[in-house]
Amino acid sequence: MSNLTPEGGEIGPVRSGWRLGLREFMHNRLAVVGLVTLVFFVAFCFLGPFFYHSDITTANLTGTNAGPGAGHPLGTDDEGFDVLGELMKGGQASLEIGFLSAIFAIAIGAAWGAVSGLAGGLLDSAMMRVVDVLLSIPFLFIVLIVSLRYGASILSLSLILGMFTWLVPARLVRGEVLSLKTRDFVLAARSAGATRWRLINRHLLPNALSVIIVNVTFNIADAILAVSYLGFLGFGLHYPNLDWGDMISDGINYLLDGYWWLIYPVGFCIVATVMACNFVGDALRDALDVRLRRRLTRRC
Amino acid sequence: MTAYLIRRCGTSVIILIGISIFIFGLLHLVYPSPARAILGPKASQLAVTQWNQQHGFAGSVYVQYWHYVDGVLHGNFGYSFKLNQSVSSLFAERWMLSAYLSGVSTALAVLIAIPLGIYQAVRRNSIGDQFLTSVTFTAYAMPDYLLYMIAIQIFALTLKVFSTQASSSTNLVTVAGDFHDMTLPILCMTLLILAGYSRYMRSAAMDTLAQDYIKAARAKGLPERLVLFRHLMRNACLPVITLIGLSIPSLLSGNLIAEYVFNYNGLGLLFYDSLSNEDYPVLLAYTLVGAILTVAGNLIADIALTVADPRIRLIEQH
Repeated sequence: MSNLTPEGGEIGPVRSGWRLGLREFMHNRLAVVGLVTLVFFVAFCFLGPFFYHSDITTANLTGTNAGPGAGHPLGTDDEGFDVLGELMKGGQASLEIGFLSAIFAIAIGAAWGAVSGLAGGLLDSAMMRVVDVLLSIPFLFIVLIVSLRYGASILSLSLILGMFTWLVPARLVRGEVLSLKTRDFVLAARSAGATRWRLINRHLLPNALSVIIVNVTFNIADAILAVSYLGFLGFGLHYPNLDWGDMISDGINYLLDGYWWLIYPVGFCIVATVMACNFVGDALRDALDVRLRRRLTRRC
Repeated sequence: MTAYLIRRCGTSVIILIGISIFIFGLLHLVYPSPARAILGPKASQLAVTQWNQQHGFAGSVYVQYWHYVDGVLHGNFGYSFKLNQSVSSLFAERWMLSAYLSGVSTALAVLIAIPLGIYQAVRRNSIGDQFLTSVTFTAYAMPDYLLYMIAIQIFALTLKVFSTQASSSTNLVTVAGDFHDMTLPILCMTLLILAGYSRYMRSAAMDTLAQDYIKAARAKGLPERLVLFRHLMRNACLPVITLIGLSIPSLLSGNLIAEYVFNYNGLGLLFYDSLSNEDYPVLLAYTLVGAILTVAGNLIADIALTVADPRIRLIEQH
């Protein structure tokens, strides 16, 4: 193990970048905690209702605002709905909006950034000015206005949020594409006669994938927060749909009465989910960025 | 440098034009004309058309857009028919209160974030650093209103040191002197802004700490206190300038939530009330003002950065 090993560690089979990234990711304790938390909340919200049955559509006015106890592990709210059941249902909406809007945002942003970066010149400046314009507009205001005028559903909220959160991914993807398009493999593909569509699809976007994936996680976190603001202000989903923000908004009326179970469990869910997304995003950024990747080869 | 400034101002003007098109388009889409609100639901179609023609709400979209821009350039941001008051006068009554709340909170956040970031960078991975990182991470993931509610629960309801609501006065001097009512909103907003800033400050300070001039300053035997104060702090502060410019949209949204929770008579509460009234002229005017502030903030930040950082000027010259 001493003299024969070359400097810099043993030469083993070359591992793919993705596998190295995965290993790096799994070595990050916070990332694993974040991932486990996310998986837990997805299971809790989507599988939970199969195991925990509760009625959250018919009001039960004899058992309102009851504290945690038998039959209602987290108590009931002002209409007698079971809080734990509402947590699951509200979480479904929050998570669905988070994921959907992130997918919309990334799809628009990646396409916009790739086209803009590849085209260059006047088209590039024009497309980036559009991004600048939309970035200057406080997006929570627009989301509130549009949801007030056209009503809020899971799909509409995801679309509106997606339409205003693709800007940062677009900028980042454009930056990646700008640096990628001067690389030799792209020049080679070009000289082999690849069309622009093929260049974007087969060469530029796959190589910008790490930037894209990292951004999905941050977008999910931001969308979950944004939707909770809408619910909190009373312009989110409406009965019988609800999201986590709605629940806190109901709970604030009872702050003076000390009905803590209407506020803190749902508050914890929001904070934990958003934090988990941020941890996973940070770790993915560290893991997928080759320049930041720690050397994991064992030194002798 | 002059060429850069001219170019930078030119871009800002283009962005402002884009913003005006966007806001006008949205206004045109969601609230084409206030005629119905004024003439009442029973007014005949003829009367509505006539009113529209008299008040510049008829004709092609381009003409209407021109009317809109002309009005905005003359300080006319529209008219709230629900409150029967011009939007500009509504804003004039309230903007100082909002500016006070976010101004004081931002200033406090910057003053705390700079030493905190430097401390975290110098004592990287120490217990203190990890504690501060977890606090800021939690605050960063926390919806604003949850922090306010926890703060109200602890400091207003249990300990009874501060009040549950912000000052209801409309006079800035009274508000500024009312520590009993204003401490809680200001401190909470400071913590939330700080959560965003200190993450950047920590990494900026860490980047600066790795620079050669820090090594040189240490190598020549400069006391550590002076290295940190003269060399590290002045350089690590530069990103804060950009950060303040960039954080204006989130500051405005933050104001909205804070003023709603604490019932504070600023622009945010006006926006919330207008949402409930479906008062679109006010809503879009405030969005427009917010966007203009953001563009102005970014421009000022960029100019301030060129003034503060000679390296940027050098790059521009070469």
